[in-house]
Amino acid sequence: MSAEHWLFFFFAGVAVLGALNLILQRHPIHSALSLILVMASLAVLYLLLGAEFIAAIQIIVYAGAIMVLFVFVIMVLNAGEEERTSLSRVAKFVGLPLAAVFLVEVCYVLYRAWPSEQMVVPERFLGRTEAIGKALYGEFLLPFELTAILILIALVGAVVLAQKEP
Amino acid sequence: MHVPLSYYLILSAILFGLGVLGFLLKRNIIAIFMSLELMLNAVNLSFVAFSYAWQQISGQIFVFFVIVVAAAEAAVGLAIIIMIFRNRASLNIERINLMKL
Amino acid sequence: MSEWISRHPELLVAGLKAGVLIFVLLTAVAYMVWFERKLIAHIQSRWGPYRVGPHGLLQPLADGLKFLFKEDIILTNVTSRFVYLFAPFLSLALALLAVAVIPFGPEEFELLGTRTGLYVADINVGLLFVLAVTSLGVYGVVLAGWSSNSKYPLLGGLRSAAQMISYELALTFAVVGVLLLAGTLSLREIVDGQSGTWAGFLPRWHVFPQFVAFVCFFVAGVAETNRTPFDLPEAESELVAGFHTEYSSLKFAMFFMAEYAHIITTSLLVTILFFGGWLSPFPDTAAWNFTRFLPSVLTAVLALLFFRDAFRLTNQYHRVLTFLICMGLAGLAFLLLHPTALVLAQGPFWLLAKTGMFLFVFVWTRATLPRFRYDQLMAFGWKLLVPLAVLNVFVTSFVVAWRAD
Repeated sequence: MSAEHWLFFFFAGVAVLGALNLILQRHPIHSALSLILVMASLAVLYLLLGAEFIAAIQIIVYAGAIMVLFVFVIMVLNAGEEERTSLSRVAKFVGLPLAAVFLVEVCYVLYRAWPSEQMVVPERFLGRTEAIGKALYGEFLLPFELTAILILIALVGAVVLAQKEP
Repeated sequence: MHVPLSYYLILSAILFGLGVLGFLLKRNIIAIFMSLELMLNAVNLSFVAFSYAWQQISGQIFVFFVIVVAAAEAAVGLAIIIMIFRNRASLNIERINLMKL
Repeated sequence: MSEWISRHPELLVAGLKAGVLIFVLLTAVAYMVWFERKLIAHIQSRWGPYRVGPHGLLQPLADGLKFLFKEDIILTNVTSRFVYLFAPFLSLALALLAVAVIPFGPEEFELLGTRTGLYVADINVGLLFVLAVTSLGVYGVVLAGWSSNSKYPLLGGLRSAAQMISYELALTFAVVGVLLLAGTLSLREIVDGQSGTWAGFLPRWHVFPQFVAFVCFFVAGVAETNRTPFDLPEAESELVAGFHTEYSSLKFAMFFMAEYAHIITTSLLVTILFFGGWLSPFPDTAAWNFTRFLPSVLTAVLALLFFRDAFRLTNQYHRVLTFLICMGLAGLAFLLLHPTALVLAQGPFWLLAKTGMFLFVFVWTRATLPRFRYDQLMAFGWKLLVPLAVLNVFVTSFVVAWRAD
């Protein structure tokens, strides 16, 4: 067992437990904290896959900006514990098992489709920030500019939606 | 000893499944929104894994775009949630079933 | 276990370095508090701490003991007990984490058979790492404010969240100007890129071409650390103590230490990004060779000052302690004359000297400037600082592109 092995299983476990906790917790703040945990452990997994820049962006934008917005809104609205409603019987006895079967099936197919001798060696591929910058401003220039416009529209939309009614 | 690539993809599938589960089970509209973010994160993981598998940087570019879109979506979505709360004084999705107040 | 460690000596080395760094940082935080009290006192024509040890040098120890023995009040009507207990821990952990990627000098040395340098981790995206960790710092404050279930902490937490998000924008935009010139995200390479001089005497530090970015970065850095004149989240005349009103004992101390660790990190970052990090301000020529002995000479001067005090002070214990400190400093001055130590000490000496200058400015602004009003604070951040930083990015990228042609 190498250090990478331990790192993968530890952070994969943390991510899955965090995701489970997101569903099980009844208070939105607790759910938000579990989601931040999932995002942080995913950032470590990105590092293991050699994507340094994406790992940093994941923390800065997702955990540091988007989730702060969520926590902020939860605080401002003073959202309390969520009221549970019981599932319909069909969903409970047919839906959930079927979903589990489907998930296992997907996992099995993925496991078979990718030869298990294809190992992840972090040193082999580095998502150098330089390469990402070159691709963004070369091959993907148009989508990049379009996302800039998208952000602007979202900005205006958020301000218009959330402002007090005149 | 290294980790096979398929483990990363399986983890991504599991996280996506949990995201769907949360989306269907949660009743708080903000929690539903967070389940959505979880699904996006799961997809991002498989993008990065595929980027590694094919040794192509474009997979990571996709993640970049997904994050940008998620940021825009969170801004607008939370603004909408604030509007809903202002009008109905509740975040429970089952109480938001009327088009007209 | 021991076999596993012997197969991975780099893990042991990293752990050792991290332990030393955390110890040094926590000590520095404690003495930063002493420095601030002393300096503000002198600015206001007072003496400041003077009783506990010579010049109050043992005051941090007394403060620490006091925090330790205070009653630890844990509220029972908190919104969420877990979050309430978790917030101070998160604050301190993140504040300490950011220093991990800061390089303190260029030299490499051998430790337990591994070649290593004066840093805990040298990663390619070091700058992004620091920004990422500081962007998470807002959670400690917000969660503390929210979970206390009390109105002043809640208001303080909300204010701080809004403030930190707003000023982080200006901070990041200011960094972009430096990145355009340096062309790298690694803190080591950013410093290396600033070596050399312009016209033979002016060091090639980024502060000269990027003066606007430097001002934006420093002001935003002060706002990020919630310091005066931007200390709205803990404004004592309006909010009691802001987000940490409901915390006592060690949990309060954790917030306190986190704030001072943030100040130190910001000062280190300003030094590395704009003031050439560990590079000496003097030109690298034979005529200026004597400046290599500055670390030793300054330590010796400090020892002499303490030596004078040993005869001037009236308290017996203080005299003995002063004499001991004097002997220690004199020994250090001799040790620094050793050829290896002389080379190894150059980087940290200049880095810490420049950082100390910014720590001084941090305290100086606190002693001088009044607090902003909240709307002024937001207007200042969004309407002045962010546009200025963006303008700087525009101009810099234009010049860089023009020069590249």
